[in-house]
Amino acid sequence: MADTIEKVSIVISKGSLDGVYPGLIMANGARAEGIEANLFFTFFGLDVVHKARHEHIKIATVGNPGLHFATMLGGLPGVSTVMTHYMNTKMEKLDIPPIPEFIEMIADTGAGIYACKASVDLFALEKNDLIDQVQDIITVGEFYTLAAGGEIIFT
Amino acid sequence: MPTTTLASTNVELNDEGFFVHPEQWNEEMAPELARQEGIDELTEGHWKVIRFMRDEFLAKGAGPSVRMLAKTSGISIKELYQLFPKGPAKIAAKIAGIPKPRGCI
Repeated sequence: MADTIEKVSIVISKGSLDGVYPGLIMANGARAEGIEANLFFTFFGLDVVHKARHEHIKIATVGNPGLHFATMLGGLPGVSTVMTHYMNTKMEKLDIPPIPEFIEMIADTGAGIYACKASVDLFALEKNDLIDQVQDIITVGEFYTLAAGGEIIFT
Repeated sequence: MPTTTLASTNVELNDEGFFVHPEQWNEEMAPELARQEGIDELTEGHWKVIRFMRDEFLAKGAGPSVRMLAKTSGISIKELYQLFPKGPAKIAAKIAGIPKPRGCI
């Protein structure tokens, strides 16, 4: 039998749409394969589990060469909103859920959802500012304890 | 490809344990396939998912991935994972004798 992965712990550190989805898809996909999964939200990635912000995660239109249009254009007011809307519509067609629904779904698969203590302190947040699916606010040391024996993926 | 005997019938499985010929499957094989996946007893809840996966495959040519399974069957994601902790779509497809669903979501 070939080698198998039994457990993954995925760190999401970015707060842009394109910085967030890959980690969520990997966590959800891990659970679908029967792999144990933990998600750890740190720095701007914390927006994904922030009650007031998780519905407003946008695609980066400045400094994002993958979009193939001029940085000057990307900086114009409203461009990020329009591009985000365009991307969300495309994803909806592929049945990729919006971020708030996706994180709820991932929690329902039994994956662990954790927020980084240093980032929560940095942004002066409390547990109450975070969505109910967040199981705990943990330190980096506690994250390593959780991740022990599995793979760690940083995004 | 490995051949195995289920319910006194020879069937062909691929390297991951999925049926190569879904038409070789019948319901009598399901309990043994389930035991191999760590499910000792198939409840009515399990059967509902297994039959749903099978019907979707027969109707559409492919079984659904987890999100689509939950959406179309009306069984919640939580319940699906309680029934099949090792991956609802994957394990139910294996027990239902159909190919592994190929969705990313």
